[in-house]
Formats: sequence, structure tokens, C-alpha cells
Amino acid sequence: MAYKLLGRDFTPPDVVAKVTGRAKYAEDFRAEGMVFCRLLASSMPHARVRSIDVSEALAMPGVVGVLLPEEVSNPPAPSAPILTLEPQYIGAPILALAAEDETTAQDALEKVKIEYEPLPFTLDPLQSLRPDGPNARTDGNVAAAGVALQTLKWTEEDFRAAEREGRMPTGQPAQEWSVGDLEAAFAKAKVIYDEPFVTASLSHHSMEPRSCMSYWQNGKCFVYGSTQSQSYVVPSLARLIGIQPEELVYIAEFCGGGFGSKGGAYPLMAIPALLSKKINRPVMLRVSRAEEYYHGSARNGFQGQIKLGFAADGRMVAADLYIVQENGAYESFWDFRNAADTLSLVYQPEAMRWRGVPVFTNSPLRTAQRGPGYNQIAAVIEPLVDRAARDLNLDRVAIRKLNAPQTGSTFGPERTPVTSAYLREALDQGAALFNWEEKRLLSGRRNGSKVTGVAVGQAFHPAGFSGFDGLVRIAPDGKLHIHTGVGNLGTFSHSGTARIAAEVLKYDWENCVVERGDTRKHLPWNLGQFGSNTSFTMGRTNYVAAMDALAKLKEIAARQLGGAPDDYEVDGTKVFHRRNPGRSITYAEAAQLAVKLGGKYSGQELPADINPMTRASAAALAGTGLIGVAKDTLPINGQPAAFAVAFIQIELDLETGKHRIVDYLAVADCGTVIHPMGLETQIKGGAVQGFGMACLEHIVYDPQNGLPASVSFYQAKPPSYEDIGEMRAAAVDRPDPDGALGTKGIGEPIMGCAAAALVCAISDALGGHVFNRTPIKPDMILNHLAGRAQSHGPLAVNTQ
Amino acid sequence: MLRDVMPHFELYQPDSLEGALELAERLGPDAWLVAGGQDTYDWLKNRTRRVAALIDLTGIEALKGVREREDGGLEIGALTTLTQLERDPLVRERFGLLAAAAGRVAAPQIRNVGTLGGNLCQDTRCWYYRGGVDCYRAGGNMCYADTPQGQNREHAIFGASRCVAVSPSDTAPAVVALDAAMVVHGPRGERVIPAQRFFVGPAKNIRRMTVLAPGEILTAVRLPAAWAGARFYFEKVADRQVWDFALLSVAAALRMEGDVIRDARIVCGAVECVPRRLQEVERALIGQVRSEELAASAGELAVEGARPLNFNHFKMPLMANLVRRAIREA
Repeated sequence: MAYKLLGRDFTPPDVVAKVTGRAKYAEDFRAEGMVFCRLLASSMPHARVRSIDVSEALAMPGVVGVLLPEEVSNPPAPSAPILTLEPQYIGAPILALAAEDETTAQDALEKVKIEYEPLPFTLDPLQSLRPDGPNARTDGNVAAAGVALQTLKWTEEDFRAAEREGRMPTGQPAQEWSVGDLEAAFAKAKVIYDEPFVTASLSHHSMEPRSCMSYWQNGKCFVYGSTQSQSYVVPSLARLIGIQPEELVYIAEFCGGGFGSKGGAYPLMAIPALLSKKINRPVMLRVSRAEEYYHGSARNGFQGQIKLGFAADGRMVAADLYIVQENGAYESFWDFRNAADTLSLVYQPEAMRWRGVPVFTNSPLRTAQRGPGYNQIAAVIEPLVDRAARDLNLDRVAIRKLNAPQTGSTFGPERTPVTSAYLREALDQGAALFNWEEKRLLSGRRNGSKVTGVAVGQAFHPAGFSGFDGLVRIAPDGKLHIHTGVGNLGTFSHSGTARIAAEVLKYDWENCVVERGDTRKHLPWNLGQFGSNTSFTMGRTNYVAAMDALAKLKEIAARQLGGAPDDYEVDGTKVFHRRNPGRSITYAEAAQLAVKLGGKYSGQELPADINPMTRASAAALAGTGLIGVAKDTLPINGQPAAFAVAFIQIELDLETGKHRIVDYLAVADCGTVIHPMGLETQIKGGAVQGFGMACLEHIVYDPQNGLPASVSFYQAKPPSYEDIGEMRAAAVDRPDPDGALGTKGIGEPIMGCAAAALVCAISDALGGHVFNRTPIKPDMILNHLAGRAQSHGPLAVNTQ
Repeated sequence: MLRDVMPHFELYQPDSLEGALELAERLGPDAWLVAGGQDTYDWLKNRTRRVAALIDLTGIEALKGVREREDGGLEIGALTTLTQLERDPLVRERFGLLAAAAGRVAAPQIRNVGTLGGNLCQDTRCWYYRGGVDCYRAGGNMCYADTPQGQNREHAIFGASRCVAVSPSDTAPAVVALDAAMVVHGPRGERVIPAQRFFVGPAKNIRRMTVLAPGEILTAVRLPAAWAGARFYFEKVADRQVWDFALLSVAAALRMEGDVIRDARIVCGAVECVPRRLQEVERALIGQVRSEELAASAGELAVEGARPLNFNHFKMPLMANLVRRAIREA
């Protein structure tokens, strides 16, 4: 269906400020009397702080004050603390010190005397699961959301048996589920693969580090932060600071990337506020690029064992997945569960078992990163699908289409249906655009030392939630103000989803104002901007708010001009009678009338079911125009799901182990396309991140002393502009039945499909060799080609 | 570790070499000579090294630019930026090897400020050493990289002596391959040192990467005419194509007469603490007809005697391949 605004490019209102440098990010703000704070970071991977002596530091000229761990109220363990007396990784913040400038603050930190009592530490989850293995925390070694904090040890026999068979040990899991008769299903398989695997952790590399500034004024706490979300941050940040949400003014108009690491409030954000309260001066905490590797976060790493059975026709009949997840030192994300959903949904095995253990290590927080669990497992499963295609003599696109879910297909232990799935269509579209039938024949072609690899990769991510609120206001001048609690993580979806409200009311975009980025703009309760959910979730909130405004416009017109509300239609500037278009009032007049009418029309009366945050925002706007406000209670018949496929051609140099990307094309199943240019940019950006996960990025620790080796761009190795090639993007563009105007999310699988495709292409260039490890680096390829043993053990993690 | 705030220091900005030498002598060990600063600033920001003063050499115009020498060779001022070097028509025409190597250093922004002298004199990138551990090179009595669990993928496969760090310089193998002469000025005047002897390994001096004594300044690199216009090959293999250090590099120069190799220089980077000149390989090439077989056997010869560590034994096939390729493609 053709829309006025959806599916058309537009210039998001924040672009000019970003491009010209006028945009103010957290660290650009200043306040009268502001001081700078620096953090004292643990020099030990795990220790108890015996004593802290700050007297010499405090005596230094220019030093204003300190915030000690005993002065803060940390979230309950094993959540990450604000400051700690039991540092659990090198770099963990122990105390914060404020001074007139950063140099003085850092000089003063060097005068702080700390006495540590070293504790055992580990950087390998499997080591921690050994009967006598070290625990990264003194209160246990296993926990996650949904998994209680506990000490879990496997038996010697678990390890001995696995080592004999070259498998990952699979002792008692912390969680598991299964569907179908696994044994019977594997019995139907023609080929079975049973492989240990490792997916490395990788940093989020957000371009803007997590800087933060705060002060207290007239009973409110002001925080200028760097988060990818806006409204969603408020309750949890208020809790960290120890105030009520309505006492917090939160400003986050611009965010230099988060990739999942800034979805909600994080403990570090509370430090400037708490220190400011203590010293009664505004406090700025600037986090440097290097510090971001310690105070920021990374994707969960996996050690795992995967067993897949394929029938002779290529159907994946049985799947058995065991994941040991590396959490870092604190409660982390549930990547290990998400991975199971990808396997269950994308390949539809008739029987499947999943087991998992989330284990702590003495390293920085791991948290959701673009496609948490979904994307790293895509790069594990997809090469094995290719192996099945090879062994069963099937085309690699055909075997994927054969297994692909369709709208209404179910997955997981609850057999949840998906609201829409056009994965087969994406595969067909991609194969045609990429010219798969011809390109696949290039597989293995030699050009001197270089060999061509051609491949396809797929990925999935959930694509939306429901139940949040929308808030719009038609001002007496006729302009539409779309109040959105969505953040600004860089995808422009604050405006993309706002256009859904404009579309409903048939507005010209020039007559719309997006209100966002500051709680003082009176924003509704929206979900955080993560999990590929915004387009769906806040598409729906803006839709219901706009529908409410539309109904009120028609009611006001009927009151003013006679007839029933249903007799009226809108055209973007006025409400008119269907049978007599001359009988009309403008939006501006309607808004003025709404103010006169009061009640529900201008926000004096509000729906009972909206969130208190939305209620307060709407109440603040009451009497200023026509208020459209509603909670999203639209029907939802399953899990919204986003899929993406990628086709890739590479040239792998057998003499160096390096590859060059010759061609790349990704197709997104993202429902109705809202913003073509934004989608294309995301598909390409996601691919770059996927290439990094597939072949470059790693996190390295020295197991002898817990020291991190990957604490700069050149050491952690996100892809550079010269490491990627030309990329193309396309979309299936078929509406999701439950999405507002057919929209659903897409941000994450467009990374996973790229990672999977590149891993598969390397395998293809090497005649089908599967490494069962990401990233696949040149040294691994060279060792394989030279017949040399790999330097790392098959299940080693955090190594080079 | 994790300090990452630039400390206060005095900044001296001499505009002549004499002024710089005088300052260096007067300030002694309290001062640090800096050119582009791309190695220096990390050390200072991390506060792993502490100095009272920086002597900024970039104001000395006499140390910048490329000059022709009477013999047809070139003299390159040590403060010539890597970008200038990469683009200089004379360097490109006569010594394309060095232009190619300069063009593969780090990233364009770094090449715009980084200098040839700085690139040649930079300290190793061993991550343990850079991380501030008390290793041999830092004055301690331990090497963390040369251990069974050490993360030593980037480290040496030749010439280790307690320390297993490698030279990170991309231009160093090129200047050794070109038989360059390094012009050094110090309190006692000028000395000229062959490039190959300019770099020192841990057996000779575990605390330094070059023969430069405190207070000495590398002022110029002279490229003799002998290798002008020869057949060259430079390749750097790194994980990333930009802003990454070599896993291995090769710089080669060949003089051919028809199909016959008359003279050769083959130098590898990132395999040893110094650029590793492969003189045995060179001898095996001279007088031979260039062929794939000759290149392959030279590659095998190149890695003889290598003593790899756990995570860097891939450097053996990589080195053999790059040497083979250099001979094949030069």
C-alpha cells in the first residue's frame, strides 16, 4: 500500500546538528561551578578492599571531594554495583574523586592508598565449572535473569568423558527445555553433526563513551547522560540515584551509539549525581575511549556443543544445543536463551533440546549487544547448514528455504507463533538480486593465491512489544507535536515512528514537531530503544495516540458543524464532511475548540490505563491543544519477528589468510519500510559489525594476571573502512499484520546475517572446512592450510 | 593502568637542531624528545612513563623534506611526515618500496602527523609492556608473553632473548632493504649508522629498540643510489587494513638481469625485535633464474631456525608465503 510518508526518505530533524557538530552530547554540557570526577579502578581481577586512605588526596589543592563505596547503595548482587569493595575485574570502579580539573583529579587518585586482599579469579567459564575451579564472585559462579545466584560445579567425570571424546563437557545445566522426541528425531537423520564451538565476546565500541553530568537544583536531580533510550531510563536511573522518577530531569537528546550497552540506566550514570549531592557542585564524569573498555560492556561469549540432524531431503529434524555463557563479573543478558530461539525458529526442527549455564568471569560487564545470542549462534549454525547441503548434495539457498518458518510458524518451548515471517521471500529476492544461480558457480575459483567463496547467511531477532503509551498534541496553530519517549541511538526511529502518527492524521511532515530527548518535553512512557522493537512498539503507540486525536478531531467537527463523527474525514490540515467537503474546520480551529471544550479533548481527562509517566506528561500539556493519548492495547497474535538474509562473495588469499569482500547484498524482512534511506544505512552498518564479529573482533585476557589486552581500537579490532566492500540493501516490504501500518523492527538480524554469510563464505572458499569459532582470523586460516594445530584449544576463550 | 589523563609537563619547542640538542643535554633524563607524538602520547597519558618536559622537534624545519644527493640517492629529513613520504614524487620514483611502506602505516590521520623518524624509532607494541607490567624491557625480571599461557600472537619467532617483543615499524624493513644510512646527531656531533645496525635486539639492549643514546636525535635517513629504481615489493599483513600493526611484513628489493637475480634484499618485519634481514635467502637468490620454485624454496629457507611461541606459530607459514610472494612479484 502506498503511504504519504511511510516508505519515503526524509531528513531527520537531528541530522544537521550531528553533521555540523552543533549537537550537544553528554560531555558537551557545562554548569556553573562544575567539577570533574575520575574513578579509581581496581588493579586486581578479584580482591577484597581492606582499607582506603584518601587523606593525602583530599589535602591536595583543587580536590573537592570523594565518593566511597560504603556511601552508595548498590543494586542487589549480582547486578553491577556503582562502586565496590569487592572489585571483580581489573578496572572495576572503587571510588570517585572530584577536582577542579581532570589532571588534578587523576594526580589525586594516585595519592589514594588502597590495601587489597587478592581473591581467586578466572577468565574461563569452563574452568569455573570444574569441581575445584575458582569462582569469579565470592557469592557464587552462576546466575542470570531467571537463574538464581548459585554455585554450580560439574563432576570430574563430566570433564574426563568430554575430553576423551573431543566434546565440550555438558554437566548439569542451570536451565533447559525440550520439545519433541529428540532420540526419535535424530534417528530420522541422514547426517548428524556434533560439534564443540566458541563465539568470542566483543566490545560494543560505541563511538560516544558513557560520559555523564549531573547537578541538583530546586529539588530535582538533573542528569545529562548517554543512553540509547529516553523514557525507559528514568525509573531505573532514579532508583540508582535513590530518588523518585518525578524528581529526575533526564536529558539525552543525542547518543553516539549504544548497540545494546546503553539500553537502560547503568550504574556508572549514578556516580555524578551521588557525588554532586555530596559536594554540592555539578559533577562531570568523562569516560575516555580506553576506559570504555573497562566501564563499558561487551557481548556475551559462548562455549558450546551443538548437535544437528538433517534428513535426506535437507530438513533439520533434530537439534540439541548446550551453551555455557560468559557473563563477565555481573548479572548479564540472556544471550544463552535467545540462541535457542534462533535455532528453534529459523530451522523449525521437529525435536529440540536446549541447555544452558551462565557463568561469571573476572571481566567487565557483558550485556546485550545487537542480536544478543541470536547473532553469535547464527554464525555457528549456518556453516553447519552448509555442511549438510554439501553432504546431501543440496543447494544452499534451497536447504534454507526448505527449513524456513512462515507466518504463523511456532518456536521455543511454548511454541509461540510469529506474527509474520517472510524469510523464504527474502531468500528468493536476495537470490535473484545477487544472481545466486550464477555466482554460486564461482565457488572455489582460483585466481593466483586467491580463491573465491560465495555464501548465504540468515538471522532472526524478535521485532517488537506492546502495551506502551502514545502522546500527540495538535497545537492551536495546527502543528502536530509528536511526543516520543524513544531515544536517539542513531537510527532516527524517533522520527521514523513519529511519522506513523503523522501518516494517520495525513499531516505534511513540515507541520510536525518531534518532541523528545528531555523529560521536560513531557514524554510518554515508552519502551527502551533496543531489541529491534522500536518500529513495532512505538509505531503502535504513535498509531493509537494519533487514532485518538483523529477521533477527537471528528467529534469536535461533528459538535461544531453537525452530523456524526463518522461523517467526517481529514486531509492533513482540516476536518471535512464526507458528502460536503466545504463543511470543514481546520486542525488549528479544532485544537482551539479542544482547548475551549476541555475534558478529554485537551488532556484534562485522561484514560485510566496509561502509565503514571504518560499521565503526568499529558497533564502538563492539558489545555494547550488537542491531546491524543492512549495505551497500546491493539491485538497482538504472537511474537513479532524480524529476519534478514545476506549473500556474499569474497576472495580469500590462501597465502595470507586475509579475505576481501567482493559483493554483499542483504534483504530485510522488516514489515512495511518506514524510511528507505535509514533502512539501507542500518543494513550496511549492521553488516560492518557482523563482519567484525565474524573475522576480526576479539577480547583477550592474560590468564596469568587477569590483564586485558584488547583495550583500544587497534587491539580490539572493529572493522575499518578498508576492511569492508561495496554493499547493497533490499527489503521484502510486506506488512506485519500486527504492526502499526505493517511495521516491525529490523536493527539486529541485519548484523547476524552478515556474520553468518562471511563465516560461510570462508568455509566455502576452504572447500567446506568449518572452524566452529568466531572470529575466524588469518592465523587460524593459515594454520589450517598449513596443517598446523590451532594455537587455542577448541574451547579456549578470551585468547588471541 | 587505566589512568588515561595527560599529566602536566613543560613543553619546549626549539626551532633548530642545535637548540634541541642543547635542551636535551641540559634537561637530561627529565626530558622526552617528541616528533609526531603518536607513540609518545599513549605512554604519557597512561602515566606508564613520566617526564618533566617534552622537547617538541616539529618546529625544526631543517629536518623536514626530501633532498637529492649528488650520487642520485636521497636524504629524507626525519621529521618528514609519513603522508609526505608516501606522496613524494622522488621517493615514489626511485624508492617506491619506502613510499609503499609509509603508506601502510596506521591510518591517514596518523600518517599526517607521524614522521619517518618517529616511525623508525618507536617503541615496541608488546601489549604486556605497553600495559605497564614490570617485564624485562620495563626493568623487571620477567616476560609475561613468553609463557605457556602468554598471549603472544604478535610476538617474535626469531632473536628472542628474555624479551620476545617485535619491532612494530612498517618503514624499518624498507630502510634496511634499501641499505639506508641513518644520520644521528648528539652532544658529540654527527654519526652515520647503517640501518641494519641502527636497530637493536634484546640481547644487546633489552631496554631500547635502537642504538640512539639519550640525548641523540635521528635527523635524516639517506638512501643510496644503489637501489634506486630496483624492483620492489612491500606487503604488510595485519588483521585490519587500517590502524593496525603488522602480524608480518616483507620488504624486498631485487636487481634483475633478464630473468636472473643479480642482487637482492629481503627483510621481514614483526618477526623479531629488529627488522630481520634474510641474508641467507638473499645469497640463495643471487645468480639464480627467478621462478616459482626458487621463490618457494626461499620461503622455506626464510623460516629456518624460527622458534615460535604458542600463539604465533602461524607466522612461520605466513613468513614463508610472504617471502615467496615478494620474490615472485617484485
